[in-house]
Amino acid sequence: MLTFIIKRTVLMIPQLLLLSILIFFLAKQMPGDAVTGAFMGKPNVSAEQMEKIREQHGLNDPWIVQYGRWIRDALHGDLGQSFVHKQPVTQLLAGRIENTIWLSVATLAVTYSLAIPLGMIAGRWTRSWADQLIVTYNYISFATPVFVFALLMLYVFGFLLNWFPSGGSVDIRITEGTPEYVLDKLKHLVLPVLSGSLLLTYSTVQYLRNEMIDTKMKDFVKTARAKGVPENAVYRNHILRHSIFPIAAFLGYEITGLIAGSVFIETIFSYPGLGRLFIDSIMTRDFTVVTALVLISGAAVIVGTMLSDIILRIADPRIRFG
Amino acid sequence: MMISLNKGVQHKSSGHSSFLSKILAEIRQDRMAYMSAVILIFIMAIAYLSPLFLSIDRVNRIELSQIYHPPSATHWLGTDDGGRDVFGQLLLGARNSLTIGICVTLLSSFYGLTIGLIAGYYGGWADQIISRILDFLMILPSLMIIIVFVVLVPNYTVYHFIFIMSIFAWFGKARLIRSRGLAEREMDYISASKTLGTPDWKIMLFEMLPNLSSLIIVNMTLTLAGNIGLETGLTFLGFGLPSGTPSLGTLIALAKNPDIVQNKWWVWLPAALLILVIMLCINYIGQAVKRAADARQRV
Repeated sequence: MLTFIIKRTVLMIPQLLLLSILIFFLAKQMPGDAVTGAFMGKPNVSAEQMEKIREQHGLNDPWIVQYGRWIRDALHGDLGQSFVHKQPVTQLLAGRIENTIWLSVATLAVTYSLAIPLGMIAGRWTRSWADQLIVTYNYISFATPVFVFALLMLYVFGFLLNWFPSGGSVDIRITEGTPEYVLDKLKHLVLPVLSGSLLLTYSTVQYLRNEMIDTKMKDFVKTARAKGVPENAVYRNHILRHSIFPIAAFLGYEITGLIAGSVFIETIFSYPGLGRLFIDSIMTRDFTVVTALVLISGAAVIVGTMLSDIILRIADPRIRFG
Repeated sequence: MMISLNKGVQHKSSGHSSFLSKILAEIRQDRMAYMSAVILIFIMAIAYLSPLFLSIDRVNRIELSQIYHPPSATHWLGTDDGGRDVFGQLLLGARNSLTIGICVTLLSSFYGLTIGLIAGYYGGWADQIISRILDFLMILPSLMIIIVFVVLVPNYTVYHFIFIMSIFAWFGKARLIRSRGLAEREMDYISASKTLGTPDWKIMLFEMLPNLSSLIIVNMTLTLAGNIGLETGLTFLGFGLPSGTPSLGTLIALAKNPDIVQNKWWVWLPAALLILVIMLCINYIGQAVKRAADARQRV
């Protein structure tokens, strides 16, 4: 088991390396470097002086040297300077990342607590009215683009019914640390979380339903029934345990969907997280922030896929001993 | 050897038309798919025939005296931020979004097919290399990278947009074709052709490809919906179609302003609902096509 974890972690390194090289070259294509940014709006700095400073900062070195320096700084937590916000990118991200983590964790939690029961019901009572309802819901959630759904949610529950706040992450008039503060934060999370999770359930429901239908026919289930195990216990102890773990394998891909979704959802609900920061930064051409965000998102997916592989390995004896 | 070869050829010639009739039969049987097909054909007909009864110049003309008028007899769905008729914009937008979705799907299918067929047909180290690259590409945060590309491209046009989107849309297809191709290459008709000395590219194009066609058609229908969703989404964020080319996302983009979401529903709601309807229709048809391609799905 330990060797697998080590092997899987080592496998991550070339992926991270490749990702960082790709993003480094993408960043090189972006207009303006650290020097033009720092001296923007200072007309008394001549081109010659700029060139000299560039030389000092090593911006004329061969790419491999520059890349090495960039990745070393990134590993030390230095992602450069934001031109627009006039502060280190790391600091800027630190202020926003908490909100995005809240949003993502809540979205995943709601997604799974909806999807697993729905998949189980649909898989157990196939062709019943409940199953047909769930399958229809699944078709719709698969087809609906997240930004359309989020806007409709905002319009109906934020404006027409006025049940939930229409934007932001917390009311600024409430002091931090009080129970009202937490409650208000949760209230601001309801619409963004539901907009994301009601659409993300698709793959889990679909998978669980198919898997349970397949497993129902398997010999070990027939054996359990023949031995007189009550029907509920057959589903709980035999079928479900067999079907549920591979869901962990989707986690990595869920994270990809979550990141893409957060860009839309945070924009629509003006939620101050990383997705919104990405759009704001690219609008203001604040490219150091953009680069840092693409790097972090890519790394998050790589780490997420690794984690789901490891969870799958621990959870599923067929893979563990196979 | 000749027998198995003949079988392959026969399958090739009759396979396609019978698959098409299977699709039609499946759509006719499924009430939802049938309705979806009717609605989608209706929407497409109106959108593509709109230039016959609608002058594009008039729809795109900005009239500052008419900004954000609510629906009325002259403007069925009111007017937008430039005083343009929302209904006309909707038709133009639907046409552009559909066209771009189709272009992206065709282009990305071409890339995915080429790479997937090579990996599946040759197997071995070619497959190893391609699969590792695909593993890597599939974990990229594509949405963000697409946006960065859109911003970086100088003299940005619709063609750039289609190209950028299609570059990021073929990974899943290549993987799908590859895995089915790997199974296909073990079949007798492939070895028979190889023994006869048929060149590899001919076997790939004229023997393996036709046998994968139903799989490809299913995948293309389902990804068409996804691509339309992505295009409108990117345009909504402001990184899709260049301004001057309306998409369904252009009208919805105005809803980034809370006042418009709340008080001027006619600007964005019809476009949002139209996208929803188009996506649902394509998906219902896609599911019927899937059932036609795979007998197990019909159970």
